[in-house]
Amino acid sequence: MKRSLVMCAAFLFICAFILHPSFAESAQQELPKKLFVTPPPFSEGIFPCSQCHAGMPVNRTPRKLEMMHQNIILKHMPGGWCFDCHNPDNRDTLRLANGKIIKFEESYNLCGQCHGTILREWKNGLHGKRTGYWNGEKQYYLCVSCHWPHDPPFKPIKPLPPPVSPSDIK
Amino acid sequence: MLKGAALGFAGLALPLDRANASFWEAFFQKHFREMNDAEIKKVISRLEKEYAEKYKKAITIGNEKPLPGVLYGYGLDLSRCIGCRRCVYGCVEENNQSLDPQIHWITVLRFKKGEKWVDLENAEKYYNPETVPQEDYFYMPVQCQQCENPPCVRACPTQATWKDPDGIVVIDYNWCIGCRYCMAACPYGARRFNWAAPTRPSEKINPNTHYLGNRPRYKGVVEKCTFCIQRTRHDPGRYPACVEACPVGARKFGNLLDPDSEMRYLIKHKRVFRLKEDLNTNPKFYYFFAYGN
Ligand code: HEC
Ligand code: HEC
Ligand code: HEC
Ligand code: HEC
Repeated sequence: MKRSLVMCAAFLFICAFILHPSFAESAQQELPKKLFVTPPPFSEGIFPCSQCHAGMPVNRTPRKLEMMHQNIILKHMPGGWCFDCHNPDNRDTLRLANGKIIKFEESYNLCGQCHGTILREWKNGLHGKRTGYWNGEKQYYLCVSCHWPHDPPFKPIKPLPPPVSPSDIK
Repeated sequence: MLKGAALGFAGLALPLDRANASFWEAFFQKHFREMNDAEIKKVISRLEKEYAEKYKKAITIGNEKPLPGVLYGYGLDLSRCIGCRRCVYGCVEENNQSLDPQIHWITVLRFKKGEKWVDLENAEKYYNPETVPQEDYFYMPVQCQQCENPPCVRACPTQATWKDPDGIVVIDYNWCIGCRYCMAACPYGARRFNWAAPTRPSEKINPNTHYLGNRPRYKGVVEKCTFCIQRTRHDPGRYPACVEACPVGARKFGNLLDPDSEMRYLIKHKRVFRLKEDLNTNPKFYYFFAYGN
């Protein structure tokens, strides 16, 4: 399928096109000056997590959760578990593999540990989405606003109505 | 060419019932690019008054000039687009398109993967499954490609459509005589004609408009995408509505002359192509596959 896509991109009314080299010279900018992100898309009432977890014992055993968070069934990172991402000592934060603690507003750096290329493309506005000003302040959508971290493929949605076809016009 | 002469040439009768001052002012209006700022201001306040009467609300008409050092470019990632049409309706709302007769500036085409891409005209645009994306299909939204070398502009007998220095191909709805030569000339089917008076309830009119963009149109004129000129031609300028409406982030926009823009980043790092490259229209609308090839 991949190949056929490539094939048809080569075919048809379109020609593959590589830009004039003068376009491609400039040094690649790695990090925009300042990053504004959309707020973490928590379900209502779930944050702060410490409202329940402060003082609650930590259970590190991988298991099916039955008392709470029943909707979370990990389908990501085979063999992984909650504390590969969440911080057992303070549930209001996330924890990177190197032990660094980060806020939920910075969850893109968590994802970036394993999806480095995508993180770079996201920072450069290629993967994901930005809103705001094309020549000014932008808001970056967090990875988790499109990918539920526990089962990350983008979920299908209902399309909006097709255009009225000429035959439908009275 | 004089608009009056062109009107006569097209065989249109003068609507005598509209023989009021405003009508004659409109009739003798100069070409937009020949007017000075004061003359444009006068035209705009006349139109704002007409709109206020018609829609019973204040509609502002901007006349922002192209920004120096800016050439707008658009990118569309076909490997992400899921064909959901959020862009189509985001555009309709922002740009005051007619609801009945229905006008859409964006058409989303659906192709079966692996099949030869058929010509734009015969592609499926009425697909309507429960959910998208569907297995085995991919989707290609098409709108005005903002050609560097636009055949529509050459076809226009009254110069009612032209390309501004920032690359946006614009239309003066008060100069368009509705001959539709531009539509025949456009290889992308991107122009739309108002066969009947456009309708849109007053409360659904976006009052922030540009003279050459989303201000309400008339029966008998042609319209199309302007990269949301009323949003983008500002410093700082907002992203086009379709960019913000896209749930998968397939739509990219920026300044082709700015080496730090996302457009330049994607042109440098992905293999981009443009529709009907062989026609030398040189569009500033770049399609690409971010992954999968
Ligand atoms: C891949 C890393 C990762 C793993 C593994 C992971 N999570 Fe998460 N989880 C996240 C991130 C990131 C968020 C923040 C989402 C947001 O910003 O809304 C989150 C959010 C949550 C939330 C809040 C959800 C809501 O409804 O808003 C809960 C509860 C949660 N995780 C529980 C768990 C549990 C329980 C496990 C183990 C079964 C787990 N997580 C495994 C990354 C992970
Ligand atoms: C309403 C109370 C409540 C809130 C709020 C809550 N949790 Fe929990 N959480 C629980 C309970 C109860 C369990 C144990 C579930 C079980 O064992 O079946 C649990 C289990 C977990 C676990 C599995 C590991 C363990 O210690 O048992 C993780 C990880 C977790 N929660 C993360 C979060 C995160 C992250 C948030 C905030 C985004 C959050 N929780 C908010 C009640 C809560
Ligand atoms: C510890 C490494 C690790 C981290 C951290 C991680 N992922 Fe992944 N992710 C993987 C692996 C491995 C796969 C491929 C296997 C799979 O699908 O489970 C994957 C797959 C994915 C996919 C593709 C799923 C598909 O089937 O198309 C998405 C989307 C994704 N991750 C998003 C995220 C997001 C968002 C985060 C941050 C919240 C994140 N990942 C954090 C390891 C990681
Ligand atoms: C605006 C929505 C959006 C945002 C924000 C977003 N993605 Fe994606 N991402 C998608 C879509 C759509 C796909 C393609 C469908 C899929 O695989 O889920 C995708 C695909 C992926 C994949 C699968 C591999 C691939 O290339 O298809 C990974 C991994 C991934 N995203 C990680 C991330 C990470 C990490 C971030 C944040 C740095 C992020 N995404 C931000 C929408 C988004």
